[in-house]
Amino acid sequence: MTTLQPPAAAAPRPAPPPAKRDRRSWTGWGFIGPFVAVFALVFLAPIAYSVYLSLFRNQLIGGNQFVGLDNYTQALKDDQFWSAVGRVGLFLAIQVPIMLGIALLVALALDSGRLYGKSFFRITIFLPYAVPAVVATLMWGFMYGTKYGLVGDINETFGLTLPDLLSPDWVLASIGNIVTWEFVGYNMLIFYSALRVIPSSLYEAAEIDGAGQWRVIASIKLPAIRGAIVIATIFSIIGSFQLFNEPSILRPLALNAITTDYTPNFYTYSLSFAGQQHNYSATVAIIMGLLTMVVAYVVQLRGMRKGA
Amino acid sequence: MSTPVTTASPAKTSSPPRLRTPRKPAPDKRRRSVLMTVLMALMVLYTVVPLIWLVINSTKTQAGLGDSNGLWFAHDFALWDNIRDTFTYHDGIFGRWLLNTLLYVVLGAGGATLLAVLGGYALAKFDFPGKRAIFAVVIGAVAVPGTALAVPTFLMFSKMGLTDTPWAVIIPSLVSPFGLYLMWVFAAEAIPTELLEAARMDGASEVRTFFQVALPLLAPGIVTVLLFTTVATWNNYFLPLIMLKDPDWYPLTLGLSAWSNQAQTIGGDVIFNLVITGSLLTIIPLIAAFLFLQKYWQSGLAAGSVKE
Repeated sequence: MTTLQPPAAAAPRPAPPPAKRDRRSWTGWGFIGPFVAVFALVFLAPIAYSVYLSLFRNQLIGGNQFVGLDNYTQALKDDQFWSAVGRVGLFLAIQVPIMLGIALLVALALDSGRLYGKSFFRITIFLPYAVPAVVATLMWGFMYGTKYGLVGDINETFGLTLPDLLSPDWVLASIGNIVTWEFVGYNMLIFYSALRVIPSSLYEAAEIDGAGQWRVIASIKLPAIRGAIVIATIFSIIGSFQLFNEPSILRPLALNAITTDYTPNFYTYSLSFAGQQHNYSATVAIIMGLLTMVVAYVVQLRGMRKGA
Repeated sequence: MSTPVTTASPAKTSSPPRLRTPRKPAPDKRRRSVLMTVLMALMVLYTVVPLIWLVINSTKTQAGLGDSNGLWFAHDFALWDNIRDTFTYHDGIFGRWLLNTLLYVVLGAGGATLLAVLGGYALAKFDFPGKRAIFAVVIGAVAVPGTALAVPTFLMFSKMGLTDTPWAVIIPSLVSPFGLYLMWVFAAEAIPTELLEAARMDGASEVRTFFQVALPLLAPGIVTVLLFTTVATWNNYFLPLIMLKDPDWYPLTLGLSAWSNQAQTIGGDVIFNLVITGSLLTIIPLIAAFLFLQKYWQSGLAAGSVKE
């Protein structure tokens, strides 16, 4: 590293524009080429194939036939699909603000420098991220049990009758709790990392102006990490719309509460792998994908506008 | 997303304490708060109760699980028996799942990290035709939900004869848009362009420049991306669920849910003690990795959040 300094300094400086034009070459493709090739295979090709599939229908008479947008009109009138969308919409509206709110509070507390044992808290609260959704759901599923689980133990010890967390009324909240448990720490870490790179000169200026802790949070910290908040929100929205692992693993414990069309993702999975309706499944998946992108885009626009 | 929110370098994070200590009133203002610490302790309690539950219950036999309190030990301490049974049950298939998971992680997460490092380096340090298009497409594709991809990918792979083989799990794992993004931001920050130019002027080839100059500087970023792609691959459930029929190719996640579901089938062997012990064995390696490597990945993440 040290030996490289002299030639750079000694070299006569060429006029910048030609040097820049020289650098624009295909060399970069040598490095990014492999990524692009695999990306095309596992992202672009399936998307294109999905669109193709959605335009056909496998009929008893006539076999695989081109049906145009028929699948789409069917999906738009499909009550099963829309009730699943409504369910993840409700989930999104309640779980995501709770999860991100807690994550933000924890990140701000860590960043405040007013905690005892800060690094212990940071790493411990992050740990559930390393736990697979399967294991997290199995653990919570056992704990939710009214007969053998922790809920059952609490009922027994205190003579209570807590509601059955796996009943149709409660199961969505129970899933929300699992997802919150899994991802609070991850989001906290994103917020915390963003907080750490705020230039300290801003705090010093605030200190001179006599701003209190709350003022610093409202006027410096939150605006500075707005980008991170928007990103975390978008990823959480995508996650909610894709909800599959938790309900599908919880289903054997809550058969009458979680149906195979519980979430849009579960519905496409069931259509395709239990019902062999590949074309219609692809259609539902595309509509869900478009819906996700629209919502994510709107959130991004609003998030960026807020500070402007 | 591509506009820098702040240009502060990660190194600056260490400056606030250094600037503050000389002044007398500063430490006073940073008084530690007992109330805040207590609130955080509650948060930690929420985080660790399921993990404690997992550890305690992996010491119980199937019978002990039913008739003891969930948060305390049963009289029989069967942890070692459970571990032995987990590895010997059904001709030791758990060991096979563990090896499969390791295979998927080494090839999938390792490959994903390699592609992300090469691609991120190219995006940060080269100007090449199609660069903007690649960025737009990759970021756009991140918003496409997995559902939209799963079914067509399955059908495509099925036509290519790849389903029910390890490749069906490994190939889609090779692409990590988040890894590419993180590596791109990290490389832009960590590698001074002058250093590369100097190496080239000395006559080093692009490949040599990459390996000898760039790669060492990228180490913290590589650890971060490797850890996050490892988690993604280790915890992967949806993709193997779709792609694999043969239990001999299952990863741990799929195997555990299969064991858990076994209790629901008529005449199925109820082995919740093994499900719980297996879950514990599944999460230990990742938690250990996060704890041991925390210094590296946290600095890598902090650098990654400089731009958003």
